[in-house]
Amino acid sequence: MSARIGVITFPGSLDDRDAQRAIRIAGAEPVALWHGSHDLEGVDALVLPGGFSYGDYLRAGAIAALAPIMAEVKDAAAKGMPILGICNGFQMLVEAQLLPGGLIRNAHQQFVRRDQRLRVENNDTAWTSDFASGQEIVIPLKNADGGYIAAESELDRLEGEGLVAFRYLGVNPNGSLRDIAGLANERGNVVGLMPHPEHAVEEGFGPNTPAAMRSGLDGVPFFTSAIAAVVGAAA
Amino acid sequence: MPTIVVDVMPKAELLDPQGKAVSGALARLGVSDFSSVRIGKRFELTVEGEVGEDVLAKAREIADEILSNSVIEDVVGIEVVE
Repeated sequence: MSARIGVITFPGSLDDRDAQRAIRIAGAEPVALWHGSHDLEGVDALVLPGGFSYGDYLRAGAIAALAPIMAEVKDAAAKGMPILGICNGFQMLVEAQLLPGGLIRNAHQQFVRRDQRLRVENNDTAWTSDFASGQEIVIPLKNADGGYIAAESELDRLEGEGLVAFRYLGVNPNGSLRDIAGLANERGNVVGLMPHPEHAVEEGFGPNTPAAMRSGLDGVPFFTSAIAAVVGAAA
Repeated sequence: MPTIVVDVMPKAELLDPQGKAVSGALARLGVSDFSSVRIGKRFELTVEGEVGEDVLAKAREIADEILSNSVIEDVVGIEVVE
């Protein structure tokens, strides 16, 4: 039996289908879930996809974080289910206080889209175990509100406890403090990041690499890591 | 009809990219009277009937929990405007 990974669609989600496709490519069964429901349909893991839910009104991810299904997402997070928030999904996890800190408008005020180098800082999470510690990867990034902020003391705590999962390399694209691109919770089951791993899973559609245009596949290990976590938990 | 006005500002110690952009535009226009600009949000909550203590308490609650995010913003004012 293959792992079943749910992707929740919110009003204004853009990359829900891309996330479903990435899950299928990685070898799991994607399950489309709806924000207005209270039913996770028995999935083994969850992806909160990118996009601009509710037009980023109020604060990016803030209104989606109050959606009916988020009650079940919070319960699942507390029980250890692997949950990945990508871009707008990361913003939702932060607004739902499943991950600490906040995300504000990019420091340069502009939308940014680039193939972004990252370093995997923590490979001991449900979504990063198939990476080597310190591995450098390239993942497409596209966001308006990607500036990660938290109080200095909180940043020190995150660094000290190894909760910084990904850091920007080369260029800091949005003014994130300490070059933070993604975070994990203490248990390692909840991970959020601004870049989009679901856009780096298939030859011809990924970021450019020195080998060939659009050949980058560094997004695949996110999903295979979660599949391994789910299968490992069931065994 | 009475309205409860809630003002929310980005935390003083954090970068306010929008305010910074406006500040830069003013400098380019030669306006030098203002040393900085910060941009916040104003919410107007309309109330049918009287604003009792319970309604104000609810306004304070949603101001803290929904209208603002205490990690990045402060509620700087809640007042009733008739």
